[in-house]
Amino acid sequence: MRRFILFIPLVIFIGMGAFLWKGLALDPTELPSALLDKPLPAFELPSLLDPERQVTEADLKGEVALVNVWATWCPSCKEEHAQLNRIKAEGYKVIGINYKDDREKADIWLKKYLNPYAFNIFDDKGSLGLDLGVYGAPETYVIDAEGIIRYKHVGVVDQRVWETLRTVMDQLKQSGKVSAE
Amino acid sequence: MRYLVALMLVFIPLSVFAAIDTYEFKDEATRARFHTLTFELRCPKCQNQNLQDSNSPIAADLRNEVYKMVQAGNDDAEIKAFMVARYGEFVLYKPPVNETTYLLWYGPFGLVVIGIIVLVAVSRKRKRHESEVDDLETHLNKDEADRLNDILGKGEHK
Repeated sequence: MRRFILFIPLVIFIGMGAFLWKGLALDPTELPSALLDKPLPAFELPSLLDPERQVTEADLKGEVALVNVWATWCPSCKEEHAQLNRIKAEGYKVIGINYKDDREKADIWLKKYLNPYAFNIFDDKGSLGLDLGVYGAPETYVIDAEGIIRYKHVGVVDQRVWETLRTVMDQLKQSGKVSAE
Repeated sequence: MRYLVALMLVFIPLSVFAAIDTYEFKDEATRARFHTLTFELRCPKCQNQNLQDSNSPIAADLRNEVYKMVQAGNDDAEIKAFMVARYGEFVLYKPPVNETTYLLWYGPFGLVVIGIIVLVAVSRKRKRHESEVDDLETHLNKDEADRLNDILGKGEHK
């Protein structure tokens, strides 16, 4: 019994060590999204390339898609742009939210670096961004066919991140087919 | 001396004047509420700054949102719920009491209770140990007691 008591500090030490070790690997800048498994917020904003056209949350439904929040003032968005083009080439739908940006600059950007987006929502005041809980572009969401947010990634989408996103999208497509049958 | 003053003026930190927006409030109570709320809400982009302190664009947006809501007469709970719905409980510096935060809220009291238990156990053990020593002394017969006193150098019993 006495012997056992002597080991208590060691056990506590190992326990705390494991706990703190795990903490080292966590990224404190990554927040869990409050909107996970919730529908997209309601909005009505113009399209980026066609200012006459109004886009609402209903336009995002119908197909599993990536929703990418970007802006020309955001350097990391440039970094991930080529990856988005590749994603489009793989046959996945990408929808853009042009966040607090300048229409002209965005237009030039899409001509220069190619346009991977099915369409772009022009959110110049950042109101949709606010409702989505965007705190730093780029942010990328996976939405299912009902327009429900299933996954959120904050930061650059590179090949590694895309593989995770693709798995999520493929699963959603698969389960969508099953429920449709 | 004059140069010294001039030199010191150069080092006045200009950054302390940053992050001050000019908001006009309908009354003093609203102003006070705005200040409390921006003090209690955390900037989602920054690791440890509240909305009041932060210069990041998102903090400015959220301050603006809080301003609009206090002016419109929304109560504190509504404003906090608005922020939590978008950014999660991360934005609250004072987390609510629920299943995920029980450990956070009650953990320290638990540790105090454990401490008290350990303290009581240890002191009890010590007391028992002391009384055992006392018992030994009273159980000695006359010769043994004399010998013990000799060894200890006490002469009272002689």
